[in-house]
Amino acid sequence: MAKLPKPEELSKIDLTPPKTDWMDTPVVFKEGMFCHGSKPKSLEIVDFPNPREWRPADADWKLPENWKEILLEGIADRLKKYRSFRLFMDICVRCGACADKCHFFIGTGDPKNMPVLRAELIRSVYRKEFTTAGRIFGKMAGARELTVDVLKEWWYYFYQCTECRRCSVFCPYGIDQAEITMIGRELLNLLGLNIEWIAGPVSNCYMKGNHLGLEPHTIIGNLEYMLDDIETVTGKRIKPTFNRKGAEILFVTPSGDLFADPGTYTAMGYLMLFEELGLDYTWSTYASEGGNFGFFTSNEMAKRLNSKIYAEAKRLGVKWILGGECGHMWRVLSQYMDTWNGPADFLEVPKSPITGTVFENAKSMKMVHVAEFTADLIKNNKLKLDPKRNDHLKVTWHDSCNVARGMGMLEEPRYVLKNVVNNFYEMPEDTIREKTFCCGSGTGLNASEDMDLRMKGGYPRANAVKFVAEHHGVNMLANVCAIDRATLKALMEYWVPSVGVCGLHELVANAMIMTGEKERTTDLRGEPLPSVQAKEEKA
Amino acid sequence: MGLKEHLQENRSAIVNQWFETVVGTYQEETRGPLRRQNAPFTNPVGFNTLQGLEGLFEGLLKGMLPSDTSRFLDGIVRIRAVQDFPPSEALQFILQLKTVVRSKLGETAQEPAMAGELVSFESSIDDLALFAFDLYMQCRETIYDIKAKEARSMTFRLLQKAQLITENQE
Repeated sequence: MAKLPKPEELSKIDLTPPKTDWMDTPVVFKEGMFCHGSKPKSLEIVDFPNPREWRPADADWKLPENWKEILLEGIADRLKKYRSFRLFMDICVRCGACADKCHFFIGTGDPKNMPVLRAELIRSVYRKEFTTAGRIFGKMAGARELTVDVLKEWWYYFYQCTECRRCSVFCPYGIDQAEITMIGRELLNLLGLNIEWIAGPVSNCYMKGNHLGLEPHTIIGNLEYMLDDIETVTGKRIKPTFNRKGAEILFVTPSGDLFADPGTYTAMGYLMLFEELGLDYTWSTYASEGGNFGFFTSNEMAKRLNSKIYAEAKRLGVKWILGGECGHMWRVLSQYMDTWNGPADFLEVPKSPITGTVFENAKSMKMVHVAEFTADLIKNNKLKLDPKRNDHLKVTWHDSCNVARGMGMLEEPRYVLKNVVNNFYEMPEDTIREKTFCCGSGTGLNASEDMDLRMKGGYPRANAVKFVAEHHGVNMLANVCAIDRATLKALMEYWVPSVGVCGLHELVANAMIMTGEKERTTDLRGEPLPSVQAKEEKA
Repeated sequence: MGLKEHLQENRSAIVNQWFETVVGTYQEETRGPLRRQNAPFTNPVGFNTLQGLEGLFEGLLKGMLPSDTSRFLDGIVRIRAVQDFPPSEALQFILQLKTVVRSKLGETAQEPAMAGELVSFESSIDDLALFAFDLYMQCRETIYDIKAKEARSMTFRLLQKAQLITENQE
C-alpha cells in the first residue's frame, strides 16, 4: 500500500511544482565529492583513448568531436557482449527495494545515489537509443537524449558507487548494480574520462607490477624495515626470499600493505607466520600486486594487469599461489582470473604442506586466501597461540564487501579471530556478513580530494562501529582488506576516534608463540603487552 | 501554566515538527526513507537526527548547558557537516526550533507572562546554535586534518627511503 502522508505533512504541502524533473536537473560538481581527472600520461602508458589534460569541474571536458558516436557504439558492443547488462537494462520494475540500501544514498541523502536511479542514468539513454518505445515516446517512456550534461552526470555518479553490491542482495531480480557501474566506467574510459586515483595506479601496475610503482629494490627495502621491527619485538631475524625459482608457493598480496600503516603490521604478520611454519614460499617483486585497479577501469584492463600472476607462477615454477588479505583482489582472482588468463594447468591443486589439507575450492584457479589457509592451520592445531596477548583489544569484525558478500568468506576470518583474541563483539545484524556496509572508499575512491564523499559513504559502517564501541568498549576494527585498512583509519578518526584499524594477521602474529622467540613485551605496534602493563602498574 | 509546562505537554508534537523541518532540508525522494524510525543502523541519519532532537529539546527544557547535550548535537551536526549544505543551512535547524515553538504556542506566546520566559528560552536556543557552530568547525577541521595526515603518511616512507629524514641514533 502506498504510504499516506501524515496530517502535518498534508498541511504543509507545497503546491509549487518542482523546478525540474531529475532527468532535467543537471549535475552540480561539489568540492570533496569527486576525484581529480586522469592525467594524459597515465592513459598513454596503457594505450587508452583520448588522453588529455582535463578537469572535472571545468565546463569544457575537451571531448573528441564524435564522443556521442563512441559512447553509443560502446553501449551497443556491451549489450551484445554481456547478457547481464542487457537484462539489467530491461528488467528493473522500479520497486524501490534497493533505494535505501546504498551507503552513499544513506550518507549523502542524494536521490541520484539510490541504486535504481543510478542505473536509470544509463537506462534512460539505453531506452532512447536502443528501444522502440523509447524512440517513439521519449520522456514518457523514461527515455532521454545523451547530452554533455548526461555524460557529466554519469561521471559524477559512477564514481560515487563502490561496486559493493549491497543493493543487489535486496533486489528481487538480482540486478547487480556493480556491473552497471562497471559498464558505466568502461564507457567513460572510451572518452579518456577516468579518475587519476585509478588511472595512475593502473599505469604503475602495468609498468612496475604494483599500484604504488614500487620497484624491486624498494619492495625489498620496505620489507627490510619490517624485518627490523620484527626482530625488535621477537628477537628473531627473518630472511624471506624474493623471486626464488623452485619455491613451492608464490605469495601475492596488495602492495598497500608494504607501504603504509596499519597494513604494514599485517605484512609483518605474514612474514612471522610463514617463518614459524617453515613455509617454502617466495615473494615476487614483479607479481607484486594482488589488487587490481584495472577492475575499476574496464574488463580488458583488469585482465591485462592480472596476467602477471599466473605468468610469474609459471616463471618461478611454483606449485600453487597463496594470496594475502585483500577484498577486491580476491573477487578478481577467484571469479575472473581463471577464465581471463587460465587455465593454470601448470600448477597443482593447492595442498597445505603443514596440514595436508587439499583446497578443493581452489581446484581450478590454484590460489588460496591466507584467511582460509590460517583457519585450516588453527583447526589442525598447528599454531601455538596466546590470545591473552591481545587482551588490550576489544575487537569487532568488518566484513569487506568483495570477500564477504562477493565470495561468501564469512566464517574463516571469524574462526581465526576467535582463536587469537579473547574479546570479540559482532556489529548489529543488518550491518555484517552479506549485508555488510562498505567502507565508502572502495573501487579506487580512496583518494584524499573526495574526503567528504568518503566520510558520508562510510557513515553507515561507522555508525555500527560506534554502537559496539559505546556498548562493549570495542577499540579495534579488524578486517581482511588492504583498502579497508588504509581508509577505515580515516573514517574512524572522523566518526569514532577511539577505534583503531588492523588486519587479521596482525592479531594472529601478536598471539602466535614463535619457536625460540624472546619474551615479548610489546605488540607489533610497539605498544606494551597487557601482561607487561599489569606488571608495571603493580610495581 | 508556565512556558516549560506548555512545552513539556506538547513535547512530542514539537519534536516531530522540528524533525520534519530537518527532513525538509533533504530532497523530496530522500524524505520517506529518513522517516523510518525503527532502523537505527540502516537509517542512521533519520534515527540519529530524531534521537538528537529529542535529547536537545529535553536539555533545553531542563536548562542544561549546550556542552552537556553535545552528544545529541554531534549525532546531527557531524553528518550535516559533510553533506552538501552550506554551513548556514547545515545549522539552520537549531534556530528553526523557535518558529516551531511559537507556532505550537499560538496566541499564548503573546501573553505578557509567557513572553519573558519565551525570550529566555529562545536565548538558550541561540546559545545552542553558537555551540553547534563550534562543533561544525571542529568537524570541518578534522576533515582537513585527516587529508593532511594521509598526505604526510604517504610521503613519510618516501622521505625516509630517500634518506631525507633519519631517526636520531641513541
